[in-house]
Amino acid sequence: MFVLSGYEYLLGFLLVCSLVPALALSASKLLRPSTRGPERRTTYESGMEPVGGAWIQFNIRYYMFALVFVIFDVETVFLYPWAVAFHRLGLLAFVEALIFIAILVIGLVYAWRKGALEWS
Amino acid sequence: MNQGIDLQGSFVQALIDLGIPAGSAKALWLPLPMVLMLIAATVSIFVVVWLERKISAAAQQRIGPEYAGPLGTLQAVADGMKLVFKEDIIPAKSDPLLFTLGPVIVVIPVLLSFLIVPFGQNLVITDIGVGIFLWIALSSIAPIGLLMAGYSSNNKYSLLGGLRAAAQSISYEIPMALAVLAVVMMSNSLSTIDIVQQQSGHGVIGWNIIRQPVGFLIFWIAALAECERLPFDLPEAEEELVAGYQTEYTGMKFGLFYVGSYVNLVLSALLVAILYLGGWDFPIPIEMLANWLGVSETTPWLQIIMASLGVMMTLFKAYLLVFIAILMRWTVPRVRIDQLLDFGWKFLLPVSLVNLLLTAGLKLALPFAFGG
Repeated sequence: MFVLSGYEYLLGFLLVCSLVPALALSASKLLRPSTRGPERRTTYESGMEPVGGAWIQFNIRYYMFALVFVIFDVETVFLYPWAVAFHRLGLLAFVEALIFIAILVIGLVYAWRKGALEWS
Repeated sequence: MNQGIDLQGSFVQALIDLGIPAGSAKALWLPLPMVLMLIAATVSIFVVVWLERKISAAAQQRIGPEYAGPLGTLQAVADGMKLVFKEDIIPAKSDPLLFTLGPVIVVIPVLLSFLIVPFGQNLVITDIGVGIFLWIALSSIAPIGLLMAGYSSNNKYSLLGGLRAAAQSISYEIPMALAVLAVVMMSNSLSTIDIVQQQSGHGVIGWNIIRQPVGFLIFWIAALAECERLPFDLPEAEEELVAGYQTEYTGMKFGLFYVGSYVNLVLSALLVAILYLGGWDFPIPIEMLANWLGVSETTPWLQIIMASLGVMMTLFKAYLLVFIAILMRWTVPRVRIDQLLDFGWKFLLPVSLVNLLLTAGLKLALPFAFGG
């Protein structure tokens, strides 16, 4: 039925897990009161009248972190097969990984020196 | 290595003996471990909430919950019931679809991760090849839900909280994945069962915490950051951001965030126990004990006792870590956002890279001690 054995459980469990929030939300829908008033639905801003919205142009300081994250996340994905097969690959694989990581470390040092990792 | 008891095999065989075709017998088995695991996860929320409140109270010399049930054990149930009955408020200026999807996307991957948590040799929903890697992948879905919740609320506190949450989890995900890599390298497999197998048989000395002390610390710190536990609870820092991305949430949608964060804490503790503390393995080698008592390891009653004790052992290790996490909440002051990011990128990331390369080097030099 499935080429990869054991993965039918993943699909099944995904369905079972998706039922949890669905059931929780629908059970609450049946039980909870629903009084609607305009004040009730205003945005919370420490009890003040909200000034403007939050959907504005906004300086996302984490942007650089997100870019660096993508690089290193892909790096770890590349390293996983290497780590699993390492016992069969020996010294050469070690040297290769060393070069691979060295290039990325240079990238990290560059980002660091350029101030991409600074919170300012 | 003994095989342990095979519940699935016995169950399916018993049904086949009753005259049910093999295909339907297997289909009948399929939902059982899943439902059991979900029930266990739900119960663990109540246990952890109660522990959190009682231990917090003890740390502050209060009594804590005491009226709902004996010693206040039903307090979490009462809280949960309250959330179900609460009105669901969707802010007028928000995006209703994303607002509802946010908590759902946060909670599903956390529950789904229990797929690969083993409690014994065969006591796991499924032992798939990618194992721990599935969890790494699933744990990176949660930030999407957090960003969704933060952005869709159209609230300044929520937006800041959501952005902080996303930045925090992506910053600590890399050191965590690299720490897991070192463990994977030692066991030559991504399967959680194999990872525990590789540690078992020698008692405490065989556990990864001895060979990977740095990795253990990195993983634990990163796990606390991913769970937004107190030294790193910036996304919902009450003093600064009201409740972060949860500010506009009420009722069951808030409850889903709550469930997600507590299940995530239990899950992280379980994974630390599995990756570094030998999972269901005993501190004293069981083979040695069995030989000393003069019973064979394959005796059925011994197998059953060992399997049950193994489940207890896993839970005991996990709850010990939960206890440490709760104590840390009242011991360690909250970090600032720049300190948090600096710590993740400028300290944990280089250290975890060095740890990985050191493990690889040691594996080449001393293959017998590092899983050859």
